[in-house]
Amino acid sequence: MNLKRRLKTKTFGLAIAGLLVALGPLAAKKAVDSATKFREKLNKQQQVEHVLNRLSFGAKPGDVEAVSKLGVKKWIERQLNPSSIVENPALEAKLAAMGTLKLSTQDLVTRYPTPQVLTAVATGRMSMPEDPELRDIYERLSERYKSRIERKKTKGEEEEVAAKKGIEDRLRRRAGTMTTEERSEALRKTAPQQAVAGELTEAKIYRAVLSERQLDEVLADFWFNHFNVYLDKGADKWLTTAYERDAVRPFVLGHFKDMLRATAGSPAMLFYLDNWTSVSNVAGDKIKRAAPKARARGLNENYARELMELHTLGVDGGYTQKDVQEVARCFTGWTIEEPNRGGKFRFAERVHDKGEKTVLGVTIPAGGGVEDGLKVIEILGSHPSTAKFISRKLAQRFVADEPPQALVDRMAASFRKSDGDLKAVMRTMLSSQEFFSVGAYKAKMKSPLEMVAGALRATGASMDNALPAAQAIANMGQPLYRKAEPTGYSNNGEEWLSSAGLLARINFAVALSGNKLGGIRIDQDRYAEQAKDTGAPEWQRR
Amino acid sequence: MATRRAFLRNSGVAMFGIGTSPVWLERAMAGTTGRKKILVAILQRGAADGLNIVVPHAEQAYYTGRPGIAIPKPGSVEGATIDLDGFFGLNPNLKALKPIFDEKKLAMVHACGSPDPTRSHFDAQDYMESGTPGLKATRDGWLNRTLSKEAEKSPIRAVSLGPVLARTLRGGNPAVALNSVKDFQVRDKMAGDDYMSRYAASPDTQMKGTGKDTFEAIRLLEALRKVEYKPENGAVYPNGRLGTSLKQIAQMIKADAGLEVAFADLGGWDHHVNEVGATALIGPLANLLREFGDSLAAFYRDLGARMEDVVLVSMSEFGRTARENGNRGTDHGHANVMFTMGGQLAGGKVYGRWPGLEREQLYEGRDLDVTTDFREVLGEVVTQHLCQKELARVFPGFNSKAPPGLFGANAATTAQKTL
Repeated sequence: MNLKRRLKTKTFGLAIAGLLVALGPLAAKKAVDSATKFREKLNKQQQVEHVLNRLSFGAKPGDVEAVSKLGVKKWIERQLNPSSIVENPALEAKLAAMGTLKLSTQDLVTRYPTPQVLTAVATGRMSMPEDPELRDIYERLSERYKSRIERKKTKGEEEEVAAKKGIEDRLRRRAGTMTTEERSEALRKTAPQQAVAGELTEAKIYRAVLSERQLDEVLADFWFNHFNVYLDKGADKWLTTAYERDAVRPFVLGHFKDMLRATAGSPAMLFYLDNWTSVSNVAGDKIKRAAPKARARGLNENYARELMELHTLGVDGGYTQKDVQEVARCFTGWTIEEPNRGGKFRFAERVHDKGEKTVLGVTIPAGGGVEDGLKVIEILGSHPSTAKFISRKLAQRFVADEPPQALVDRMAASFRKSDGDLKAVMRTMLSSQEFFSVGAYKAKMKSPLEMVAGALRATGASMDNALPAAQAIANMGQPLYRKAEPTGYSNNGEEWLSSAGLLARINFAVALSGNKLGGIRIDQDRYAEQAKDTGAPEWQRR
Repeated sequence: MATRRAFLRNSGVAMFGIGTSPVWLERAMAGTTGRKKILVAILQRGAADGLNIVVPHAEQAYYTGRPGIAIPKPGSVEGATIDLDGFFGLNPNLKALKPIFDEKKLAMVHACGSPDPTRSHFDAQDYMESGTPGLKATRDGWLNRTLSKEAEKSPIRAVSLGPVLARTLRGGNPAVALNSVKDFQVRDKMAGDDYMSRYAASPDTQMKGTGKDTFEAIRLLEALRKVEYKPENGAVYPNGRLGTSLKQIAQMIKADAGLEVAFADLGGWDHHVNEVGATALIGPLANLLREFGDSLAAFYRDLGARMEDVVLVSMSEFGRTARENGNRGTDHGHANVMFTMGGQLAGGKVYGRWPGLEREQLYEGRDLDVTTDFREVLGEVVTQHLCQKELARVFPGFNSKAPPGLFGANAATTAQKTL
């Protein structure tokens, strides 16, 4: 961004601050300036727009009227209690059509077999499933994993295999243009891996666009990103569905420590940040002596470091390299049973470091087991740095890229007082004058997901297939579930501002307005102009 | 060069109408500016394992600390280190770079890094992109600060490849992010004109500014989009992200469209587990290094004589532990290796003071120590190659003490010539 421009903006903005409310984040740099902006109130109409922009993925036709009628406060309270809201039946129908979403990981791996399972079946190390339909699928898929020299096929057999493969390949190529229901069925039989990843991605978009529990969805996006895992890292392709559903979603308005515990013990996180392979150095040496050719084992710091830097304390939260090593020792033995076969969490006593540890000045006595890790979670979850770090991140998502410190401090106080009750922290923020201020209003750049989901909502789009929307979001720089780094995507709106991003947004708006996105349709008579507007500068802020 | 002339003519007309081209374009068309010096910066995100990339094969401590993942000493074994100078060698997956090293156009600086001790990917990348280690408040990036304030400048003088504008190119000078030259357009021409005027009229100065940069670049690149780009001298770029990025950078360089600085990145270097496979030729590090080496080599070949105007420099936020961890991987460390490639370099040499790998020589007893501040390397490229004399503006608070001398004895004359 242009500094000269920024300077001009500041003087210009001061002169007509009341008119140009969209300049919030620029002026936020100057304390005096920003203090005024975060005290200046929004009018009734702006308040309605503001809550819809911030606590939902954007207004649908009719939402502004509905929220005005109900009242902003009541609407917020309702959104803070999502189970009290009747869910949109259209969304429930979409989700029900996708077979992978509700399965336990064990069932998911059985019904949508991983390459490892198929190899095991192909080589006879695992038996075929009982279910005849599943058996048929296994037979066909495991064919690919059989060694080529194992059995010479007759010409007829080879032709049959080739024909089947041709059909499957054509099917997979067509998958992008099928409806969600057709694709789910087709991929289940031919490319189970694609079905799992595809349904997870589509479900996220359907939920963002169609759910009545909008704040819940916004928060699910925020917290998944906070506790990011990467779908394309090996076993995480199968583990991420259950991870989001069981370790993140239930806690977004619950207690922070519960979410921390759930993510720490989840196979997806254990796999993603390598803790599942981390064992005490003593145990590692023993394994090496017993079996010199075995896979090397020992301490791995990856999870311990990110747990403190990204999940709890923040990088300036006051931990040292020594603390990283001590935390890693506490979590030795937190592992997974056979990750590629949908394994569960397992505590491996044998490889746990039983020595005494000191974490952030607290002594964890020798002789402990799985509780060493739980103690770390307790220490980190209750640490004042965590209260501050989490509060600031929430305020950065919901208020402004540079949120006012006074607000962050009050939120952190709520966090500490309630022992990390996230609903209490949200309440403190959503009832603050800073949230409903000129400084916050339209101050944030929309993320690609927010831009696309918002556009689909605003134009009342009907969707048979959400993959073109997912593709558009990826083109804008935010492939869903595919942020390789543990930082997750930037929470700072400004970072989404770039020429490539802008162009991708404009091209999406053009395609939406002309009904050129396969499987997504708008009523052009009513919404073509609105669709076009989603590429305009005003739309890029929320 | 016929294609270049045609490109300039076409884009001049497309963008500004006949006879109204801006000064930079007219100069470029007349060929009187002297060609611009160009800097290409590459960030290997995730902390690449420099010790397994430029391998200190003469260090016994390297082999004792890494029994499972060290790259074998030069010799007949499959996947052995390619010797460079009797002490250092190249990872065998970088074999495409060896001829360039032999031509003395490639130089590495080992044990480079940041004075800041952080082992956080995020912070270390941030510091490397801002050019101000330890200072989080810096708003702009060092690559942006290398650009001089000119009245007339090309809309694509600063380009970042990928969907988001890299941190290092944010700042006071306009810079564009682009995914691909070919797709850099509004698919509906009329709608495009409409959006252009809407962005131009926006009271939101950030949107207005980015909109202006975008639409100017679209017009300029219009001529480039029309022809399929063919790399020269038999260069073949790998299909991955880095190869694609460098190919497009080469395309823009050869078009003489005013490119001065470009940025590309390649992620996935965070190898905590099973970094090296059964031989050094397989495994995740091997795959990434092949992409890295083959991309750089293709770029070098493709540009041919034009490399005289170009310096490419690579960096990664920090190195990895000197010893392997418990999972045949490495954890976050400290110093690393940087690559530089260019026609004016005094290459064929591994620069930098080697601090050693014995336990007492290691930083905090575990990591390769930093003996060259990464800003010494970048600073030298900025002053000697880009002839940007105000180093304090590019790297505020940094006092260069011992630049590695990458441009050798030619340094002074090189600078003189281009001034």
